[in-house]
Amino acid sequence: MAVPVAVPNFWRTHTTHLLSAIGNTPLIRLERIAADLPGIEIYGKAEFMNPGGSVKDRPALNMILEGERTGRLTKDRILLDSTSGNTGIAYAMICAAKGYKVKLCLPKNASQERKRMLTAYGAEIVFTNPAEGSDGAIRRCREIYESNPDIYFYPDQYSNPANWKSHYETTAPELIRQSEGRITHFVAALGTSGTFVGTSRRLKREIAGVRCISAQPSAGFHGLEGLKHMPTAIVPAIYDQAIADDNLWLETEDAYRMVRRLAREEGLLVGISAGGNIVAARRVGQDLARRGERGVIVTVLCDGASKYLSEPFWDDSL
Amino acid sequence: MAKILIPTPLRPFAGGQDSVDLPGATIRELLEALTAQYGDLRKHLYNDEGKLRSFVNVYLNEEDIRFLNKEATEVKDSDTISIVPSIAGGRSWQPWKHRLCR
Repeated sequence: MAVPVAVPNFWRTHTTHLLSAIGNTPLIRLERIAADLPGIEIYGKAEFMNPGGSVKDRPALNMILEGERTGRLTKDRILLDSTSGNTGIAYAMICAAKGYKVKLCLPKNASQERKRMLTAYGAEIVFTNPAEGSDGAIRRCREIYESNPDIYFYPDQYSNPANWKSHYETTAPELIRQSEGRITHFVAALGTSGTFVGTSRRLKREIAGVRCISAQPSAGFHGLEGLKHMPTAIVPAIYDQAIADDNLWLETEDAYRMVRRLAREEGLLVGISAGGNIVAARRVGQDLARRGERGVIVTVLCDGASKYLSEPFWDDSL
Repeated sequence: MAKILIPTPLRPFAGGQDSVDLPGATIRELLEALTAQYGDLRKHLYNDEGKLRSFVNVYLNEEDIRFLNKEATEVKDSDTISIVPSIAGGRSWQPWKHRLCR
């Protein structure tokens, strides 16, 4: 008699609101990426599984909820912010579901995929000078807001404590629970710095001896989507350098190579900043392994690769 | 002389200027002239093998040189060359619509 094949146990078995599907992402062990590092475990938080496709769903939702709580966001105001992409997509998704209007400033060189996603959610886009990158978008956004502050809700993801608090309240507790408190190192690259600052603050409160290590592009001119080289960038008000026990410098090409490796060796099709985070996590792991120490290194897989598939870096020769 | 626009993060390595006028018949000659004049730019634009780094996008007026004749693309005196890092996806996904978006 044939033995029935066990059906996988899918735990999302009940109906839910779209916005309740944000967070509670899986923590995935990267077996092959860490295979050459004895005593080292590397885990990636699968933030690409959020409904908006990135880690930015968390701060975007919290900033919008905070705006509603404080009365700064009402149905007759337009949500306005600058974004290199993912926060904009998260704002646009959440505001579409909640019935708010959205206006976003982004550099002209944003990919077609991004522009189309934002437009599909009904957001209005203001293009800014591509040569000035995300800092140009920030400046333009401030001008628009200051010219007419009464019609906008400007959450300002770079300065809004609700950004880092979303990670303090959700990302970090999830990581502690999923790792059963075993985390020895948390690694994250800096953009708004919200993920690093919020998660690190909570981990340091809950886990004795945990080390939190930031990462940044090695120069102001780089191709690491969403990341900032703090010595030359407009430094976000929420950034707190003192939280980092150490900082690692990332090369764009290393992140590109890691993105290709993650796809082929782990089956994880992730974006460039996730690649950068794993480069940094591996460097921490190599350091520990060299000293003969063990480590449970956790980082964030910020988004998936769908927005980058037309980029030339998938070509192995690059 | 063609005009090369310098992106904000590279301006400190180009004497703080937002553009530099240089002579050259091709993109390669112009970028050679640029990095000869401002040596610190070289490591930002080229890798160890002397190739343009993969995230560096160069536009002749509004055309991505990858869709023209790459670094051998010819340049006229009235042309403007832009150097744009591939942040937020610097390259259009539609091959027939390869202009820098206005």
